[in-house]
This record gives sequence, C-alpha cells and structure tokens, in this order.
Amino acid sequence: MTNAKEKKISEPLFHIEKRADFPRWKGWLIRIAAFIAGLIVSGIFGSITLSTNPFTFFSTMIDGVFGTSERFWIYLKDSAILLGVSIAIVPAFKMHFWNLGGNGQVLMGALASAAVAFYLRGAVPDSVQIIIMIVASMLVGAIWALIPAIFKAIFKTNESLFTLMMNYIAIGLVDYFILVWFPKTGSYIYSVSKTLPSMPTLGNPYILPILISCLLTGFMYIYLRNSKHGYEISVVGESENTANYIGMNVKTVIIRTLILSGLIAGFIGFIICGNAGFQINSDIVAGRGFTAIIVTWLANFNPLIMVFTSLLVVFFTRGAVNTRGFYSLTTNAISDITVGIIFFFIIGCEFFINYKLDFIPRKKGGNK
Amino acid sequence: MSNDVALELKSVSKHFGKIQANKNVSIKLRRGEILSLLGENGSGKTTLRNIISGIYFPDEGQIFVNGEEVVIKSPQDAYKYKIGMIHQHFKLVDVFTASQNIVLGLNEKFIMSQINAKVMEIANRYGFKIDPDKKIYDMSVSEKQTVEIIKVLYRGADILILDEPTAVLTPQEIEKLFTVLKNMRDDGKSIIIITHKLNEVMEISDTVSVLRKGEYIGSVETSKANQSELTEMMVGKKVELNIERTEVKHPDDRLILSNINYVDKDNVAILNNISLTVRGGEILGIAGIAGSGQKELLETIAGLNKNATGSIIFNNPKKNLPVTFFHKTLKRVKELAQEGAFHYEDGTAVDFTGMTDAKIRELVNDGKVLFNEDEVMDLKDKTPLQIRELGVRLSFVPEDRLGMGLVGNMDIIDNMMLRSYRKGKSVFLNRTIPGSLADKVIKNLEVATPSPRTMVRKLSGGNVQKVLVGREISSAPKVLMVAYPVRGLDVNSSYMIYNLLNEQKENGSAIIFVGEDLDVLIALCDRIAVLSNGKITGIVDGRTANKEKIGLMMTHTETYEEETAND
Repeated sequence: MTNAKEKKISEPLFHIEKRADFPRWKGWLIRIAAFIAGLIVSGIFGSITLSTNPFTFFSTMIDGVFGTSERFWIYLKDSAILLGVSIAIVPAFKMHFWNLGGNGQVLMGALASAAVAFYLRGAVPDSVQIIIMIVASMLVGAIWALIPAIFKAIFKTNESLFTLMMNYIAIGLVDYFILVWFPKTGSYIYSVSKTLPSMPTLGNPYILPILISCLLTGFMYIYLRNSKHGYEISVVGESENTANYIGMNVKTVIIRTLILSGLIAGFIGFIICGNAGFQINSDIVAGRGFTAIIVTWLANFNPLIMVFTSLLVVFFTRGAVNTRGFYSLTTNAISDITVGIIFFFIIGCEFFINYKLDFIPRKKGGNK
Repeated sequence: MSNDVALELKSVSKHFGKIQANKNVSIKLRRGEILSLLGENGSGKTTLRNIISGIYFPDEGQIFVNGEEVVIKSPQDAYKYKIGMIHQHFKLVDVFTASQNIVLGLNEKFIMSQINAKVMEIANRYGFKIDPDKKIYDMSVSEKQTVEIIKVLYRGADILILDEPTAVLTPQEIEKLFTVLKNMRDDGKSIIIITHKLNEVMEISDTVSVLRKGEYIGSVETSKANQSELTEMMVGKKVELNIERTEVKHPDDRLILSNINYVDKDNVAILNNISLTVRGGEILGIAGIAGSGQKELLETIAGLNKNATGSIIFNNPKKNLPVTFFHKTLKRVKELAQEGAFHYEDGTAVDFTGMTDAKIRELVNDGKVLFNEDEVMDLKDKTPLQIRELGVRLSFVPEDRLGMGLVGNMDIIDNMMLRSYRKGKSVFLNRTIPGSLADKVIKNLEVATPSPRTMVRKLSGGNVQKVLVGREISSAPKVLMVAYPVRGLDVNSSYMIYNLLNEQKENGSAIIFVGEDLDVLIALCDRIAVLSNGKITGIVDGRTANKEKIGLMMTHTETYEEETAND
C-alpha cells in the first residue's frame, strides 16, 4: 500500500467503443479509404507474385474492362445480368430470408428456356416461342423459390440450407436433361443451327439485358420503398413478432415475396440462356446467385446502390480475367486472391464504421 | 487513506461516443456498510457497475480496493479483488444443482459433500435458506437469487454489488433479502445496492449516492435524508409523487373473459381457468410475480395465442350511436345491415338492398344509420387483423416494445403506420396521415427526437414508449392493454404515462394495466387482479388494498382466503 503510487499498473492497450451517431459521409470516407488500402495491398501482392509493378498490374485490369468498346459493352452487360440476379434475391434478403438458392432459381429458369427451345424449335414462330420461354422460365424459377418458402412458412425449416441444397438439385436436373436430349454427345445443346430463335436485339445484343435490369431496379426500388407489400417485407424481416402483433399474415408475406423473387430469377435465367444462344450447361449461371449476395449486402439491400456495387464486383472479375490472359496464367488463383483482398478491406471496414479503437491512455485523478 | 474504506472510486468517467455515461463519479464504500446507488434509468448506474466488475474500462479516474489502487480489466480481476456481482438476470445453469452452480468455473477439487457443507455454513451464517442439492429449474426466483449471492460469497467476495435485487421479488421475499443483507453488513461485508426504488433505499442502506444523467450528484447518510429530498437529487427538480386516481363513472362490462386456459408448446399450463371482467372507464391492474402468465393473458386477448381456450366476449356500447366508416369496412357494414343491426333516426329498419355503394357511404357518413343494440362479439379465435376488421378498437402496448410493439430499424412515421398501413385500395403506401400522426404524438407527448424520420431504436427508452403509447391511444381505444408501461422510464415520463392512462379512463376506455411496482398499482388502479402461476388468486379494490395482502396472493396457488389458514 505504501508504494501504490509508484507501482506499475498494467492497462489494456486500447478499448473498443461503439460509435454513436456517426455521420454518414464519414462512413463513406472510411469505405473509400478501405477501398484504396485494399487496392494498395492487392497491388503489392499482384506485383510481387507476377514480378511486375502495381501500375502495370492495375492497368491490365482496367484494360480488361475498358480496353475496347467490345470489352466495355461486355462489362456493362455482365454487370446488368449480375444486377438482375441481385434484384431477384433482394426482396427475400430484405425480409431476412437468407436465400442462398438464387443460383438454382436462375439455372432452372435457364433450363426451362432451353427445354422450350429443344421441344418447340421450328414448331411455332420465333416470337411465340420467346414468349413461351419467358413464361416457362418465370414459372419454373418461381416454383424453385416457392418450395423452400412453403417449408419455411409452414414447417419453419431453415431456409439457408434448404435453398442451398435446391441449387444442387437444379444442377443435377440440368445434367440429366442434357443426357436425355443428347445421349450421344452427353454435352451441351449446341446450336441446332437456324431452327433456334434469336434474342431480340436493340441496336446491339448488349442493350436489351442492360435495359431490362434498369427497369427491374427501378421497379424493385419503388416496390420495397413505397408499396404496402414492401412495407410488409420490411416489418417481417425486422421482427416477426411485430408482424404477428399487428396482424400481418407472415406466411403469406414469405410465400408471396419468394414467388416474386423466383419470377425475376427465372426471367434472368431466360436472358442468360438466350444470350448463350439457348444452350444450357450446369455452370451457365457461373455462381452469380452467390456473387449477387455480395452485391446486395454491400448495397445494404438498396436497389439503387446495387447498381454501383454490381459494377464494382464485375469490374474486378472482368479485370481478373484479363490479367490471367495477359500474364498467361493457368489458373485464376492470383486474380481471385487480389479480388478477395479488396473485398476483405471493403467488408472489413464496416467494423471501423460501427466501432472505434481508443488508444488514448486513461487520465488519472481527474479534476476533483 | 483510512483503512476502513473497502472500495473507493475517484473521479471515474466513461463515455460512449458523445454520451457521457459517467462523469467524475467519486464513491466511498466503507467496510460493513450498505450503500445505495440511486438514479433513474440512464443515469449511469449500470455503467458504473460494469466498471467496478471489470466489464468496462474507465476513460478517467482511479479505483482503490482497501486503499490500494487497482486496475480491473476483466471480471476475473474483480474476483481477485474480492468484488462479487449479483446480476439482475441470473446467470445459472438450469440443469445443475445449487452447489454445482456455486462452484462452477472454480479451479479446485470438487468433493460434493465438502462443497455442500461450505454452502450450508455460509447460508447459516447469514440466514439464507437453501437446499444445495436442489436443481435450478425447480427453484423460485428468490431461491435463484440466493444461489447467486452464495456463489459470490463462496468465492470470498467482501464487496457485493446487487443490481436491482428486488425487481422480481414479492414484498415478503424482499423483507427476507434485507434481513440477510443486514446480517452480511454486520459481518463486515460491504454492499452496494443499485436501485431506483426510494422506499427500499430508506429501509436498507446506510448511505445513498445519487447519480443523475451520468453525473455524480452527491452522497447522503440515509438517516438524515427523506424521500422527497432524494427524489429532488435524482430528478433535478421537485416532483409531485402522488398519482391521481379519478372516480369511476358509468362503468360497463366491456370485456368478459371466462375460463381462459392456455397451454404453451412445451405442454406447460400457463393460464389456468381465468375469468375476469374488464369495465369501461376503469383501470384494472394485474399484479403478479414476473412470468405468472401476465404476458400470455394480454396476448390471448389480443388474438395472438391460437391455442388458448375459453371465451372473450367484447361488449361494444353502441346502442343508438351512428355507424361510421372510421373503423369499419363497407363489406362489414353491409353484412351487419343484412343481419338487421341498424335503424334510421326515425326508428325504421335499415335495408341497403338495391342501393349503390356510394349511396350507402353517404347515408353512413351523414350519421343517419344507427346501431340497434350494443355490439356483442366473441373475440376468441379471431386474429388481430380480424379483430380490427370487426371494428373493435383494441389497443395493446406490449412489454417488449422494440421486439413487438415497434420496429426498431424503422423511423417514427413508419412505426405510426403499422396499425393503419392497409387502409385504402392503393398498392402504395400513404405516408401523409401517419406523418401528421407522428408530428402530433411528438408534440403532445414531448418525444425528444431529432425528426419524425429518426429510427425508433435510436431514441431513449422513455421516448420509445411514448411513441408506442401515442400510436396505441391515437385510435381512441375501447380497450387498452398496457404491460409494464413505465419500465425503464424516468420519473417524469412515468407520470406522463399515468396521466395518459387516466385520460383514457375518463374517455371511457377499459384499461388493463400489468405492473410490477405494487405501490403504483395500488395508487393508480381501481381494481387489482392478482395472478399467481396462471391463476387469479384474488381481485381487490385498489382504494382499500394493501401491499402485504397482495404480496401473499402473488405467491399462493389457491385463493387467498383458503391459504391463510395454513400460514
């Protein structure tokens, strides 16, 4: 007790504090800073592994996206399709229904289109065939989303696992139908030449999907924000107890929302299948159902912000493809890692928006 | 530094963001002393408790234990300095026995007989009653609390901190607890009691330290203080502590519950044959230990418990009153007309056949269509939506404000809309009416908020409650149910809520008030029904009731009169 004053007292190095009332613009400043930090770290990583300098590395990426007008159009189209898938899953996510089956729902839509192409080719006019395809795709996509929704609403099953497993059933079905349709080759429906319809185009083949995604985004933004359905989705998502308390029919809301989700997913499936010349393979969706989850989360479920996040995500994936070609790499490993680093920074910075680390040592005594 | 000071805080400060949770708090706790830490909700009591027990780390200031400066970085450190914390929400393993819970986490050889002997020794020394081999799930709340207290004593704690220890106890249990605490004090233990109940402060403590809005206001010796003085320190201004109770005018039987039974999904009987009449123009209090079925009773009336049995008859006093569309759909009005429920002002029967919808609307809106009789309907087996569609204005302020009554991540306007968003045929929301309702509630109920577009979860507890109560009374309810409406509210907000309830009573609403503070129930309610284990063990008149009697009814399973004989 005598030497209490001199005794070295160990204190924690820092403490974590929750930020209260953090201004929005500062949050964006942190996000931008994190993005830049991510670029720097991934640039260093890329240049070390490829023995180049960060500027060449990134300019290869930029070249891959903006290098030619063709590349740029592909970039916009890819972003639009990813945005479309994200729009499909966002109402479910807003309802806190963790739909990990976007991939399967889109794939089933694509399969439906391919099936119509296979069975009806030449039998009906192209325009009729396209309409049948759209209807079939939307219907099948909706069914694929409806099944887990019914189980969730009535039996309270876990929707994440259920929707995830539905993806694999969809993949299995696609592989099965390819075998049924082409028992000899056992591979994709290859263009059965002129008997297949062609997608309607507006000027160039890229504009249609872009336009459709823009329309869907606008629709979804208003639907979630200003419609009674959108309001119900928010309430059910935030608190099922509250929804019951005010007399919402939670089951109906879940099922209705997932049908909408599936309809849009199926429609995007039609677009993807159509863009591939009505071929089908089990990887035609290319994991967009999962990438779309990143897009929606980064945008905090806001359809308008999702436009930018999907552009961002596709920028990196397109850029990575170009670095692979440019440096003659055999795998996507290095570009995947660089993209991973950047996303790690973008997502990780949310911690610093919500909390702050306080390194300031404790003041002794105070003023009393 | 004097040696009889067990714990001393010097100028301790802690802030969260811009909020100063504790500012320059200096407290001295002597050996063998009971100190009350008094303050309203949000005054920083809990933060201070967490600093002492090592959960938070202070920004500024020093802590001394037995005169020596210490750094408490974790709850383990707190134990090292013999500081024991008894939390408001017990942290016990249900399937373990009392003794097993007491030694849980200790790094020593477990010989159950020795542990039991030591537990019994502690219990006998201070006058606890405990069965060391009893499983926690078989225990009452007060027994669990005993286990928590012995747990910290077993670990050798000399400084005990009890957070709101009386909140869940009956008056009789509180008395026992206080005896034990006094025994511990006489044995040289130092005790801090965190509370906001003044009468308990006066009864138990030697010293009172008052916090207000995070600031340390001062300490006084209890013997030299009085309640109104302490309130003034706590609130910062003089407060009238009397709750008004107006006389009941023209009571009518508004809601008649008969034989309500409810068994939850684990097959536990929660409500047991409840029969109760709720009258218009009257406040009916529901008293009982937490978890005696209060929540389920209200939820059953609100149509949220599908499995409940029995009948809930709602009497709507409507004879000779005009039918309005305000709370009825056109479809419902047509149905009722077909059943012959209406007459015109001159007494002739109403027949809508052959009339256009527009014509019907006009007649009804002009107030020319009147009810023949009071409306009587059974609300049992009706969902909340159906109840509303029947035109029953039943309002419900649930216990769980942000988890049930409101949506925390929505702004005030969107929360106002919860009850009314369905109105109209449009698929789009109309935010103008909820917007003006929000403005009205903010203004009339003095809700402190930056704007009506502020997320409800960012408001303080009192303001959240005002938003919820404001919405629920905005429909001029015929029946208003409120569960623990002042829990967590400061004195001023609490009185505002009592006044609002009295206003609704004046307007003829039938009010069910579930409360925990018996003093408030006795002061505010016209009648008090006591629930114990899902049964009604008695209904007393609020004007003649006394606390001890209600306390006994709260713990007894049979009706009061039968049980007193055994006591």
